[in-house]
Amino acid sequence: MPAVTDRRHGRPPAPYGDLVDDSYLDRLLSLFSEYDVPAAFWVNIQLTFYAAILSLVLGTVLAMMRISPVPSLRWAGSTYVTLLRNTPLTIIILFCVLALWGQLGIKLSPDFQRNFFLLAVLGLTVYHAAFVCEALRSGVNTVPVGQAEAARAIGLSFWPAARLIILPQAFRGAVAPLGNVLIALTKNSTVAAAGSVATEASSVMKTMIEFRPDVVVGIFFIFAMGFVVIVVPIGLATTALSRRLAVTR
Amino acid sequence: MSELVLFDAPGPRARRRMVWVNVVATLVVAGIGAWALVLLGQKGQLSADKWQVFLTANPWTNFFVPGLVSTLKAAAVAIVTSAVFGIVFGLGRLARSRVVRGVSGVVVEFFRAVPVLLMMIFFWLWISRLDLVSPNDVPFIGVVLGLTFYNGSVFAELVRSGVHGLPRGQREAALAIGLRRSQSLRLVEVPQALIAMLPAIASQLVVILKDTALGYIITYPELLQAARQFGAGQGNILQSLLVAAVIFIVINYGLTKVAERLAGRVGRRTAGRAAKAEAPTLVVDTGR
Repeated sequence: MPAVTDRRHGRPPAPYGDLVDDSYLDRLLSLFSEYDVPAAFWVNIQLTFYAAILSLVLGTVLAMMRISPVPSLRWAGSTYVTLLRNTPLTIIILFCVLALWGQLGIKLSPDFQRNFFLLAVLGLTVYHAAFVCEALRSGVNTVPVGQAEAARAIGLSFWPAARLIILPQAFRGAVAPLGNVLIALTKNSTVAAAGSVATEASSVMKTMIEFRPDVVVGIFFIFAMGFVVIVVPIGLATTALSRRLAVTR
Repeated sequence: MSELVLFDAPGPRARRRMVWVNVVATLVVAGIGAWALVLLGQKGQLSADKWQVFLTANPWTNFFVPGLVSTLKAAAVAIVTSAVFGIVFGLGRLARSRVVRGVSGVVVEFFRAVPVLLMMIFFWLWISRLDLVSPNDVPFIGVVLGLTFYNGSVFAELVRSGVHGLPRGQREAALAIGLRRSQSLRLVEVPQALIAMLPAIASQLVVILKDTALGYIITYPELLQAARQFGAGQGNILQSLLVAAVIFIVINYGLTKVAERLAGRVGRRTAGRAAKAEAPTLVVDTGR
C-alpha cells in the first residue's frame, strides 16, 4: 500500500495507530465536513434497493420453477441455485465488470460510472436471487400438506392452487428468511467495491483511512455504526412482520 | 411439505400436456444457453487458444494451485479462530452474570451487522499502520480477522440457540447428579448443542470459504487474485474467472452435500433438535 502521510492537516502521521488526545472527537467530527459520509451510504442503499426488487422477482420465478411439475424447469431452477449459491459474490461482480463489460462489451448505461453501478446491481441480483428462491422454498415448506390436498380436492390444478392457496401462505412464512436475505444484501452491497463502484461506503472508508491515519479506529466505528443503524431496524421489522403475518395453525 | 404433493399424480391428458410444456421449457433453457454461446463466439471468446492453455501445467502450477492453497489456508485458520471466538462468546451469552451476557450480546450483534469487507479493509489498513508484523502478512491477517469476527459471532449464536434447543431435563439431570452449572454447560449441554448444530456449522464453512474471496479486494493473493493475474496476462480473463468459479463451486458443493448428510445422521446423537442444513439465521435476535 502507498505511504500514508497526513498532508491535509500538516500534523505528523501517527506511526503507531490513532493519535488519542483531547482533540480526537473534534478531528473525527471534522471528517464529516471533508467527506460526504451519508452520500456513501446512500449509494449502498440504492444498490440494495434495486438489487432487492430485481432479485425478489427473479427469485420468485426460480422458486416457481423449482416447485413446478415440469421436470426441465425444476432442473433449470435447481441448477441455477446450486451454481450461483456456491460462487463467491466477489467473483460474480468481478465477472460482470471484467468479463461482461471488459471482454464482451456489454454496456448497461452510456454513462461510465452509471454502467459500473448497474453492473454491480446485476451481480448482486443474480447472486441473491438464488437465496430469495431458497427463502421462498422454505416458506412453501411451512404450508401444511393438507392445504395442497384441499386445493386439489376442490378441483384446482397446479397453477390456480399455487397462486391462490400455496404462494400467499408461503410468502407469509418466508418473511423472516427473506428479511435475512435483505440484511445479507445490504451488507454485501459493499462488495460493489470490487466492481469499481468507488462511491460506496467501504471504498470511501478506505480513502478516508488512507488520508486520516490519526483517527483510523474512529472512522471504522462511524461506518460500522452506520451499518448497524441500517441493518438492526431491518432485522427488527422483519421479525415483527413475520410474527404478525404468520398464519395461525 | 414435499414439493411433489403440490400437484396430483398426472393423468393421461395432464401427462401429454406436461410433455409439451417440458419440451418447450427445454427449448427455452437450451435457447438461452445457445444465445450465450453465440454471443461468446461472436466476441471470439470460444477460440481454442483461450481455453487450451488450461490443459497445460503453467496456469495450475504458477497461479491456480498456489491461489487455492492461500484460499484454503485463510479459510482453515479462520475456521479455527472463529470456533474459539464462537465458543467463548456463546458461553458468554449463556453466562449467569447479566453483565457478561449483555457485553457478549452487544459484541455478537455488532459483528453480525457489520459487513465483512468493511472489517477486512479496516484491519488491513490499521495493522499495516501499527507496524507490528511484516507487511507481507498484513492482508492474510486482515482476511482472517474479518472472517473471524463475523463467523465467530454466527458460531456464538449457534452455540446459544443449540443450548436453548436442548430439553430442560438435560440440565436438570446434570444438576441433580451434583454438577455445577458451569460443569453442566461444559460437559452436558454444549457438546450436545454442537452436535445438533453440526449441519448448520458445516454450511457456515461454505460461507467462510466463499468470503475468503473478499481478500481479493485487500490484495491477499488468493484464488481469485491468481485467476485475475493469469487472465490479465493471457488475455483470457473471462475464461480464468470461470475456472476459479468452478473450483469454488466444486468445493462448496461437496461441503453442502456433507452438511446435508450430517443433518440426516446427527439426529440420533443428541437430545436437541438437529438443525436443518441451511445457513443460520441472520435476523437480529430480539431475545425471546
